[in-house]
Amino acid sequence: MRRRYTVASAMVGALALMALAGCTTDPNVAAPSEDAGATEEAVEWFDQELYDKQYAERSVVPEGPEGQPWLQHINAEMTDTSAYASTGAKKACFANASISNPWRQTGWITMNEQLKVLQEAGAISEMETRDAQDSDDTQIADIDYFINEGNCDIYLISPNSTAAMTPAVERACDTGKPVVVFDRGVQTDCPVTFIHPIGGFAWGIDTAEFLIEELEPGSKVVALRILPGVDVLEQRWAAAEKLFSENDIEAVDYFTGADPTEIKKIISDELAKGDVDGIWMDAGDGAVAAIEAFEDAGVDYPVMTGEDEMSFLRKWKETGLTGLAPVYSNFQWRTPLLAAQKIFAGEEIPKEWVLPQSPITAEEVDQYLEANDGMPDGHYAKFGGEDLPGYPQVWQDRIIP
Amino acid sequence: MTAVTTQQPSVGQRLAGFGRTLISPRGAVFLLLIVLLIAITLLNPSFAEPSQFIRFIQRVAPVAIVAIGQYFVIVGGEFDLSMGSVVTAQVVIAGNLIGQDESKSLPVLLFMLVFGAFIGLVNGLIVTMLKVPSFIATLGMMLALLGATLYWTGGAATGNPADGFREIGRGGIRDLPVIDILPWSVVVLVVVLVIAIWFARRPFGRTIIALGDNPTTARFSGTRNWWVKTSTFMISSLSATVAGVLLVGYAGVHPSVGRGYEFTAITAVVLGGVVLGGGRGWVVAAAAGAFALEALFTLLNFAGVPSTYRDAVQGAIIILAVAYSATTLRARRKGRALEAPAPLISPDPSSGPSTETSPAPAEEQDAAASARPAPIPSTQRADNETKGGS
Repeated sequence: MRRRYTVASAMVGALALMALAGCTTDPNVAAPSEDAGATEEAVEWFDQELYDKQYAERSVVPEGPEGQPWLQHINAEMTDTSAYASTGAKKACFANASISNPWRQTGWITMNEQLKVLQEAGAISEMETRDAQDSDDTQIADIDYFINEGNCDIYLISPNSTAAMTPAVERACDTGKPVVVFDRGVQTDCPVTFIHPIGGFAWGIDTAEFLIEELEPGSKVVALRILPGVDVLEQRWAAAEKLFSENDIEAVDYFTGADPTEIKKIISDELAKGDVDGIWMDAGDGAVAAIEAFEDAGVDYPVMTGEDEMSFLRKWKETGLTGLAPVYSNFQWRTPLLAAQKIFAGEEIPKEWVLPQSPITAEEVDQYLEANDGMPDGHYAKFGGEDLPGYPQVWQDRIIP
Repeated sequence: MTAVTTQQPSVGQRLAGFGRTLISPRGAVFLLLIVLLIAITLLNPSFAEPSQFIRFIQRVAPVAIVAIGQYFVIVGGEFDLSMGSVVTAQVVIAGNLIGQDESKSLPVLLFMLVFGAFIGLVNGLIVTMLKVPSFIATLGMMLALLGATLYWTGGAATGNPADGFREIGRGGIRDLPVIDILPWSVVVLVVVLVIAIWFARRPFGRTIIALGDNPTTARFSGTRNWWVKTSTFMISSLSATVAGVLLVGYAGVHPSVGRGYEFTAITAVVLGGVVLGGGRGWVVAAAAGAFALEALFTLLNFAGVPSTYRDAVQGAIIILAVAYSATTLRARRKGRALEAPAPLISPDPSSGPSTETSPAPAEEQDAAASARPAPIPSTQRADNETKGGS
């Protein structure tokens, strides 16, 4: 009899642990080592130099072709690619971190449409893609598979996490074939180019400055964060947290895993505690649930920053709240394949390709709603695929390739 | 909760009995819940206002319903790990099939119930007919459903269903005195709980407990084990479906809705003093376990525990609470064993959960269809548990 209860207790312990692990979307990025104190964490992710760089880049007028932001660049230092110049259609190998959020899905659809254009132009023969499903281990295996058996002409890598993917990217570089990294970075400059929008600090600065301007000093802001440990997300919060504390805004942050149930509970509890004047989000997924929590509680809408996801833009318009939609430029998913084309043509490209990143303001929201009429809720307004052949049907149907 | 305590006469005795029940394992969850609610109210007095408190019940309703469903499976000696995935699948089904067309609400709702029952049936048949341990069978079902949902949605949110359908989880009867609003979720929870209590007292409900306690005696007493077990899985899948309907209204469509619900439910059931491996437990305590868990999360929100180590605090408190309930239960069992020796020891003293979950290969007979178990010793003990004498 006693043994039965020992076993039962042990199982309960195990289950409780599993339940807790189940709360985060990705065990790899939420390792226990991240659970340091809140203050330490802010210091860790905050990087003054990078902050200043991104702060300045926000006001730079990007260079490059007008109306094609996916080919524009900011403060670029060009690199010579003539060594890779070669004729004929090339095989691209794409190691993708995941398509597990609507932002990545939208980009992935756009990338496939861009691929069709380049295939017709004879620049790319095919693109073999491996989806790491948010796992570092899987992505390392994917990259090694490409190196050993992929028969690739160029590697396109969207890293799952920064530090863990660095050695694998270096191995890809060692093959002598061009490597293009985009979205999240790696700690090596061996790739031919690293493509990304301005960055997380710029997001944090844009959003925090907006809230600080719209709110009285001493106001309370609830920050809804997806998950800890991902640099682009942590940097968004690190910048915002710094600005909030410097400007007498009381900010309290929560991890939600983008789960609308969780978001709604958090907001309801905060509203039960006292007034909430502003909502800050590190990604727009779940913004609608946050707004609904205010409706259900029967209180005034907050000043709010979401993202350029259609669900948020629509709810924003419908409720007339004071809002801002920061943008993590989704059109960057077009750039890696276009960069590949340029590399094989031997054209100069930026070594660090910083794409423009500017939020959608209240004045612009109508224009973007109109331009994306008929698009599904998970679509991103600045997806940048309007000139691709499948527009608008492919994005409206939202069939994941 | 303690209304059925057997002591009757004086107020003092009643209070003593009440106190004893509270520190007993079956009452521990109520004690924990009361402590947590008082702590929340101290931190934030407005929580105790009826209009706020009813909102709290509304929020807990889906978890409590899932816990009630899980209770029947656990008390029958099995686990259902697929509940969270069933919730997710139902949420996505509602979002995709109903869309903005409110007239589809009823047909889709019916389809969801059928789908839920079907998943439970499959789970149950895999466990009973193929003799796959439920831990594995439902884990497989969990992954299969999750994979199907991911395939369907690509892992990201799709649009919310029509507002009329969401009203079930979001709305309620408004403009009431005192409580301001009576959310439909609360009504659904009360209905589910009443049905569950009634069902647990029916012969069939007792058979489930008898089966969880000792499948061999249950079989000898003429129980159709496979059917009883399969029906517990159908109950749990259906309760997950109901929770899904509420959640789609409360929160909206997202593939993360329902994630981790199976563990929350199991934790809630165990907090409620239900023994893993089956054979004892009280459905109301299981629901109270869900309330205690959610109250704990709310308390952490109100206490402003930093997000970075919130999970650690939650985990520690859950383990302590379950450990308390496990130790007191063991202590009490020893005491009781002395009082009333013979009928309390189940025929197979070494029976651990593993032997119980795979109820012997020689289980051919399923004739003698009487669902009413003979008064075997273990059932008697389970009855005591259910009625709450101490």
